[in-house]
Amino acid sequence: MRKTPGLTRRDVLTTTLGAAAFTLATRSAAAQETPLADTTKKWGRLPNALGARSPVETPKRTLNLPTSSRTPLQDLHGTITPADLHYERHHSGLAVVDPRTYRLLLHGMVDRPLTFTLDDIKRFPATTRVCFLECAGNFFGTREETTPQDVCGLTSQTEWTGVMLSTIFNEAGAQPRATWFLAEGQDAAVMTRSVPIKEVLRDAMLVYAQNGEALRPEQGYPVRLLLPGIEGNASVKWLRRLELSDQPFMTREETSKYTDPLADGTARQFSLVMDARSIITSPAYPQTIEKGFVEIRGIAWSGRGLIRRVDVSTDGGKTWKTAALQQPVLPKAHTRFRYAWQWDGRPAEIVSRAVDETGYGQPDMTALRQARGRRTRYHLNPVTGWTIAGDGRVRFGVERVRV
Amino acid sequence: MTRLLTIAAALLVATALIAAQSSPKRYGIGTPATPDQIAALDIDVRPDGMGLPPGSGSAREGAPIYAQKCAPCHGANGEGGAGDALVGAAPRDGAPFGPEYERWRNGRPDVPFTIGNYWPYATTIFDYVRRAMPASAPGTLTADETYALTAWLLAKNEIISESEAMNAETLPRVRMPARARFVPDNRKGGSEVR
Repeated sequence: MRKTPGLTRRDVLTTTLGAAAFTLATRSAAAQETPLADTTKKWGRLPNALGARSPVETPKRTLNLPTSSRTPLQDLHGTITPADLHYERHHSGLAVVDPRTYRLLLHGMVDRPLTFTLDDIKRFPATTRVCFLECAGNFFGTREETTPQDVCGLTSQTEWTGVMLSTIFNEAGAQPRATWFLAEGQDAAVMTRSVPIKEVLRDAMLVYAQNGEALRPEQGYPVRLLLPGIEGNASVKWLRRLELSDQPFMTREETSKYTDPLADGTARQFSLVMDARSIITSPAYPQTIEKGFVEIRGIAWSGRGLIRRVDVSTDGGKTWKTAALQQPVLPKAHTRFRYAWQWDGRPAEIVSRAVDETGYGQPDMTALRQARGRRTRYHLNPVTGWTIAGDGRVRFGVERVRV
Repeated sequence: MTRLLTIAAALLVATALIAAQSSPKRYGIGTPATPDQIAALDIDVRPDGMGLPPGSGSAREGAPIYAQKCAPCHGANGEGGAGDALVGAAPRDGAPFGPEYERWRNGRPDVPFTIGNYWPYATTIFDYVRRAMPASAPGTLTADETYALTAWLLAKNEIISESEAMNAETLPRVRMPARARFVPDNRKGGSEVR
């Protein structure tokens, strides 16, 4: 075991206190946190500088594609995603930005083009908001052996802190004719998106903190744009530049990508809002359940506001019951739902369906395909379910999402 | 008591509304950006041509650059590989989706989405190639190289000729086949699935 100077000093200090138990106990996490058969007969480690998960708990992001990693939805409770389990989608890898030299440029149709340091951005009045962030391409489901993480783990929820974008725009004197802005990152893609100002300004933020601490590098450290309810790629990370304009810039990510070719031969552009959806995260593959009480648990969310209701079916969609929603229900946020079920041991399919405050009900895959056609890839939010065999084994309901 | 509370709450809301509506104040934070600082970062190109730099290049000039810097990922003829398919003019008067496409395809395998059959603006090619390509050395192409590669991609997709030079004048005038297909988002919430 490698000892740090700090540890040594502590050890000496505790020795001088004369408490034998103190000298036996250390602050090292690695040596002392393996579970013991009897934890009452030996001092545990002393408080240390940085905590760690129980070594028994090993939630991991999965790496199904080289460009993204997925949040282990089935391992999480409540609604907040631990920062190190937030999904990732990078367009040219992760940028490692030095906060000391970081600058944000705000220019274009403004009266006063400005640059801001990180400290500048932190000086503005701060605000905190809990919301989800979800990738536009967040659906997979072609095999029964699919976990919630693999079905739609490109969504995560965070308590973000930063400054309202409207405050920053006002500081530079945004001109009334400006209807769009370009957000540009400083990754190797120099990632850009055009964003319509009117549609986002009530919610949009520049954020520098994630669940109470500085943003993780993979979430855009030191500063990212945050557009609640809107497809994740538009919340540009490692933000270096904002340019106000009276028209969109038609970057690659809003033309050849993140557009929706439809059944009628048109392609939907700037389809920014994430529609309502839900997923049961437990029971789910690869669990095996036992007869008797089973609490069906999951999350539901809508980019258009509040989740109004989540319906749960235990008979493959023939009949529906209303699930309980964990309060407080927040707009544009993962909402935890639960439904108490008695499983009688017979084959079943459990299904969830979200309804949001606009009255939008999460559609079946067949309805989505009818409305949009075969070749659309983004904004697929079909109703999903899990089949339960007589032996209690839970598998992803592939038939339900097959077209 | 309840009534008093209601009045107090209403007053609070009213005060908050007035505060939100009154002219927002400035904080005096930030440093004026100089034209040089802006120019150093302002690399975007709009469909109207704003942002295109001086320089020029044709498909002929682009061919050797493409072969050296792009073909390893996108294939010798832009057919795709580790990187996206870039070239594919078919279906010539359509796009790779929708009812006309399904009739044209007539059960044959799907064609990929390409610059020729899907990208609505030619300026996007210049903007993206300059900022993010080649993947092995992003942001290293000169303006002439970028124009030449843009021209090569447009010519391969049968949108311009081999000899036509792309520059700040000509590129914004290129009309992309799929342009008219793009429509704004019509999803609005509510009961209809769109």
